[in-house]
Amino acid sequence: MTAAETPLQPGIGARASRLLHGCISSPGNIAMTLALVLLAAYALPPLLEWTIVQGHWSGGPDACAPIDGKQRAGACWAFVGSRWTQLVYGPYPESEHWRVDTVFAMVLAAGIALLSRRVKSKGLIGLLLILVAPPVAGVLLAGGVLGLPEVPVSRWGGLMLTVTLAGAALAGSLPLGLAVALCRRSSMPVIRVLAIGYIEFLRGVPLVPLLFLVMSILPLLLPPGADLPLLPRAIVAFILFNSAGMAEVFRGGLQAIPKGQFEAARSLGLSGAMTMALVILPQAIAIVTPGLLNVAIAIVKETTVILIIGLIDFLNQIQAGLADPKWLLGDQVRDSAYLFAGLVYWAVCFGLSRVSARLELKRERRG
Amino acid sequence: MRNSSRSPSSSRDIGAVAIQAAVLIVLGAVVWLAASNAVANLTRLGINTGFGFLWRPAGFAISQTLIPYSESSPYLAALAVAALNTVVLAGVSIAVATPVGFAIGLGRRSANGLVRGVSTGYVELLRNVPLLLQLFFWYFALLRPLPPPRQSLTLLGAVALNARGLFLPMPVADEGSGAVLAALAAGIALAALAARMLARRRERTGDAPRAAPVVLALAIGPALIAALATGLPIHWDLPHLQGFNYQGGLAVQPELVAMALALSLYSAAYIAEIVRAGLDAVPRGQIEAARALGLKPVTVNGKIVVPQALRVIVPPLGNEYLRLFRNTTLAAAIGYPDLTMVFGGTVLNQTAQAFEVMLILCAVYLAINGSVSALINWYNRRIATVQR
Repeated sequence: MTAAETPLQPGIGARASRLLHGCISSPGNIAMTLALVLLAAYALPPLLEWTIVQGHWSGGPDACAPIDGKQRAGACWAFVGSRWTQLVYGPYPESEHWRVDTVFAMVLAAGIALLSRRVKSKGLIGLLLILVAPPVAGVLLAGGVLGLPEVPVSRWGGLMLTVTLAGAALAGSLPLGLAVALCRRSSMPVIRVLAIGYIEFLRGVPLVPLLFLVMSILPLLLPPGADLPLLPRAIVAFILFNSAGMAEVFRGGLQAIPKGQFEAARSLGLSGAMTMALVILPQAIAIVTPGLLNVAIAIVKETTVILIIGLIDFLNQIQAGLADPKWLLGDQVRDSAYLFAGLVYWAVCFGLSRVSARLELKRERRG
Repeated sequence: MRNSSRSPSSSRDIGAVAIQAAVLIVLGAVVWLAASNAVANLTRLGINTGFGFLWRPAGFAISQTLIPYSESSPYLAALAVAALNTVVLAGVSIAVATPVGFAIGLGRRSANGLVRGVSTGYVELLRNVPLLLQLFFWYFALLRPLPPPRQSLTLLGAVALNARGLFLPMPVADEGSGAVLAALAAGIALAALAARMLARRRERTGDAPRAAPVVLALAIGPALIAALATGLPIHWDLPHLQGFNYQGGLAVQPELVAMALALSLYSAAYIAEIVRAGLDAVPRGQIEAARALGLKPVTVNGKIVVPQALRVIVPPLGNEYLRLFRNTTLAAAIGYPDLTMVFGGTVLNQTAQAFEVMLILCAVYLAINGSVSALINWYNRRIATVQR
């Protein structure tokens, strides 16, 4: 809070009294307040008791197993703890886990650098993240070169697969979406019509049928004998699907640039390509960043869909763990596992949505 | 750019034609290559081509059929059944999501801080958790552990919920219900006519009599009289426990209940945000001016806030409905027989005719998507502000 804003902020006492007044200002409000307070009093203590007081935090399946045939009360966090390795790495070979850790560290470092207010050259980092990071991460994870033992994609799974898929989908759909958006605004009718058809088709067909489409059709289009594993096919489907969404976001940004900017750049003698690269795109990308982040949130959420085609991502790894006979101990195991999964996804998506909202606000303030 | 100089002889235009021709040639080459690969692959794998399979018997059962269907019905019938299942799921979900979303959206603008907090919590929680995980929660954590039919949860003896699904009373039309329906249709036509006449009179004379009660009475009055005259020709078929499960009534399979719950509650969070944005778009001065004129709060909301907010709400609301419709495809994850699961799953596996099956699947989704968005655009044009 800066000094200039301070006098405008009412004190805590005033705010609390206004809040309280709002809760009892009319009979309807009093009724709603009472209902909500009663609901909280009814639901919260048992929930807290279940999750924390009675929760079983460590140990193996025994920690949550029934005693004398009676189901044990309380959440079973031991499930998460004892299956942690599978949840994060899936069936990835244990001796090679450091490669996954390196990729995680890369993603985290880039994320922190992009979100920090102090780091200046964010454009460069973003460019590196899109152009350099995916191949580097891909080589590191797949191996087979530079003395790294090969790990086939069929052994990728868990959180690592979720991050890989989301990262690949993001890195692929961003440039593709931008290219399609530029084609959509092209003065050449053939290119414009192709771009419109591409966007309309991919925005009309839902992700799951598109996934089925790529799964079944793509192998038929490749030369006979060429085999593409499931994961690359899924990545293709995700990139196609999200590039249409990205293209629409970019289009909004390009439309927001005043015509005078084009004219000024052209009259300064810049070529069409230079105008785009030096004048239009930098402004458009700044405008659309919140929108792109929203697509990124959607990508993180929709990675879960790949369990329909049998890939074992983070959520499916949890499902697989729940189906393990050792953990068939009652509803509380599943409830705690879903709660944990929900918390993980929520933390990532909510965090990203806050960043998106912050950027939006900053842009509005700047005018 | 689009409006740059365009004399036919300029070298730019020749360049543009060359680029477009090159794009078409490259695209054609890729398509030709892919097609020749496809032909080679299809012959190698011995896959049939053509749409003849649509008339062959499907040979599989579908767990929810709203129109007559059996294993000997053709694939075309399976397509119709599955498409209907998708439409029913989307329809039910939209019908639930809209009021819930509006309530929560209004809650976010409530004077009551507690209501505001709960509404915000709802939106931020449901928007940021994958829909599939929510679906699993409703299906595996809530519906599957429900008691068996004998220990069903029942409501007033008319509604029962158990591990086999949800059982609702179903209205059954008796003899004479045709007359009631005819009376209802006539009443609605009469009411529409009256509403139009009243509106025209108001425009001409500025005189605004209370139209709503008259129109309402005209709409349902005839049907009410007809129903009483024929002795209420509708009875409710209540579900009742018989043998190992509930019989009669309207049985809803648990997969549909879970899908509808997950879809509608998820979309409600987005609808709430749309409603909130719509309410925010009405300038405060409008509300203050209406109050200063002495209008009652109901009138302020009904005549000032809602009509203006609706103009902002409708376009994104339509898009949200389309998104919900596209999300119905997650049904494949829990086995609700929707279009994608039946056609993209079972039929594709049986026939292996990927091109034909996928063409049909995509065409149906594009057709429904396109017609709904056309409908939204039409409605949107109707309620949009007339720019003078």
